[in-house]
Amino acid sequence: MQTNFFRKIIFDEKSRSLLIQTLVIGLFALFIYLITQQTAYNLEKRGISSGFDFLHISAGYDISIRLIPFTSEDTHLRAYFVGLLNTLMIAVCGCFLATIIGFLVGIIRLSSNWLFRNIAYVYVEFTRNVPVLVQIILYYSILLNLPKIKQAIVIFDNFYLTNRGFFSPSPIFKDGFSIVAWSLVIAIIFSFFLKIFLKKKQEDTGKQYPTFMINSAIIIFTPIIFYYIMGMPLEFDSPVLKGFNFKGGMVIRPEFLGMLFGLSIYTAAFISETVRSGIISVSKGQREASQALGLKSNFIMRLIIIPQALRVIIPPLTSQYLNLTKNSSLGIAIGYADLVHGFGGISLNQTGRAIEIMMMVMLTYLTISLTISFFMNLYNKSVQFKGNA
Amino acid sequence: MTKIKSLFISLVLTLGVSTAIAGSHGSTHDLVKERGKLMCGSNTGLAGFGAPNDAGVWEGIDVDVCRAVAAAVFGDASKVEYVPTTSKVRFTVLQSGEIDMLSRNTTWTLSRDVDLGLEFVGVNYYDGQGFMVNKSLGVSSAMELDGASVCIQVGTTTEMNLADFFKANGMSYESVPVETNSEADAAYTAGRCDVYTTDASGLYASRAGYPDPSAHVVLPEIVSKEPLGPAVRHGDSEWADIVRWSLNAMIIGEELGITSANVDEMKSSKNPEVLRLLGVDAGYGAMLGLSDDWAYNILSQVGNYSESFEKHIGPNTPINIQRGLNALYKDGGILYAPPFR
Repeated sequence: MQTNFFRKIIFDEKSRSLLIQTLVIGLFALFIYLITQQTAYNLEKRGISSGFDFLHISAGYDISIRLIPFTSEDTHLRAYFVGLLNTLMIAVCGCFLATIIGFLVGIIRLSSNWLFRNIAYVYVEFTRNVPVLVQIILYYSILLNLPKIKQAIVIFDNFYLTNRGFFSPSPIFKDGFSIVAWSLVIAIIFSFFLKIFLKKKQEDTGKQYPTFMINSAIIIFTPIIFYYIMGMPLEFDSPVLKGFNFKGGMVIRPEFLGMLFGLSIYTAAFISETVRSGIISVSKGQREASQALGLKSNFIMRLIIIPQALRVIIPPLTSQYLNLTKNSSLGIAIGYADLVHGFGGISLNQTGRAIEIMMMVMLTYLTISLTISFFMNLYNKSVQFKGNA
Repeated sequence: MTKIKSLFISLVLTLGVSTAIAGSHGSTHDLVKERGKLMCGSNTGLAGFGAPNDAGVWEGIDVDVCRAVAAAVFGDASKVEYVPTTSKVRFTVLQSGEIDMLSRNTTWTLSRDVDLGLEFVGVNYYDGQGFMVNKSLGVSSAMELDGASVCIQVGTTTEMNLADFFKANGMSYESVPVETNSEADAAYTAGRCDVYTTDASGLYASRAGYPDPSAHVVLPEIVSKEPLGPAVRHGDSEWADIVRWSLNAMIIGEELGITSANVDEMKSSKNPEVLRLLGVDAGYGAMLGLSDDWAYNILSQVGNYSESFEKHIGPNTPINIQRGLNALYKDGGILYAPPFR
């Protein structure tokens, strides 16, 4: 009986592979267990405290680049959220800008204009082959060499460009502005339904409507009309140079701009190559067929080429977004207060909870990345061939 | 099972956790002797305290503490390898066993001493946090700094003092965080910030390196106590004793008037404390696990505290710091070492 059992395990392919897999998983679990034990043992032996209590003590340092209020009396947990929001801000702005630059450059690289094509080529080859950290430091150094605060470059009277950032007036919303904002929302919803309606009408009758022009007019003019009806419920607070710095208004810091330029210009080079390959992948016959049907060239691009190219573009685009998000942790090099710099750097140093803090930071990046992947995969599904193709 | 376990433990060891377990292999003193050189965590470059000179040799009063320990252990002050550390990584590097001691203008505080698993063994420079501004701003007091942009090194006690100082005085500021002293210098001279704040000693050292040092002024307010001293890992008292008494030997050397120039003559002194210190009366080296001439080696190769101070940061150097608090207790300062007996 027993020999039979062993024979089965060794010679039956299914049970054998099951045995091996169980062994591998078991050994891996043991490995993790031993590392954890050893770490805990070492920490205790060294007299290094551990645990997550530190999250509720006050941080003791200030962060100037922040989206939510933060003072030195707030907790390390709040410092974590300040850093998280800064990471998300640079990731979202970076992906947005990188996509725009990337698509433009990708299309220009296929242009028939020799000069444009080759400028785009040089741009791609240069930025792709220089490390992103070097580029970030380069842009930041350039920004630091802008005029000092007292010699600010004045643009349209109320905008100031200095090496401490770009200062601009900030809007103050007064009573009744919410109505203007709602009118915009309603205009957008209305134009969305109008588009569907006009498209259906076009399919029925064959008559084309200037949908884009009509909707643009609706979206732009509705809030403007309501703005005047409500008695212009918006004022601006302009920055004024007082003492050491500008008071009032809004500011975009050079640390943020350095990161934004560095990340998006670098990533855009990769995206442009993705876009180019996507467009090339659409067979020549598609273009020729649409030309034969008499479509205008921008219609060919928008209606025939791009939708098919997207199927090729989206998966690598997702991984570029992920790269950009993870590269945002390089903010530490120029003092951009992202998650790694503030919480993962300063809080870590003040509390000494390296393992706890790094685990939190890692899990956070993992969550952000998986979320991006999830939504990009949804979008990817929506542009793939439908039906039984 | 034990076989598998031992196999995995060895795997864990080779995967770099080995450094973390290094503490269990024996005392730091034995490790240092076995290695044949001292691994000393230093600044990434702070003139007068710890920075390589034109010839690439590390110099400064923090560096002299490392050299003193090497002189005590090996009888040769040059057997040191310097590991430059930023303010952020310095404790991790020490905790992980990558360096044997940290001598890098580091402030002794309760939480670092207790919570980080470190042990501070003494103070080699009594400092306080100051503010430096460009003279053209016309600022004469730190109370006038409301609204200023302030450059600050991350992960320092200064960062927290700064927040406290501005809050206590009802002032606002923009913090511009930087990693190293040289980055702070770059940001400050580019005008990214109006103020550079760190320990006053660091401000003097930075200022000495600017194109026009006289254009910058260190404001009179000193807003904190910053006792700077060498630190070792917690839990190895023998090693802590060696570092502590290497520093003390330099201070006692000054007290007793022993310099690198007269150390040989002093061997025939009539003062029993001198004879104990220089190892003429045997027995004190053995208590520390060192040879009897350990303090003689320190004083002949590195010199006493005063020599180190005058050579690197004193009034005759570009850094130009007065002894002030750092004079001996009998000269009006607070520098004081326990008796050598």
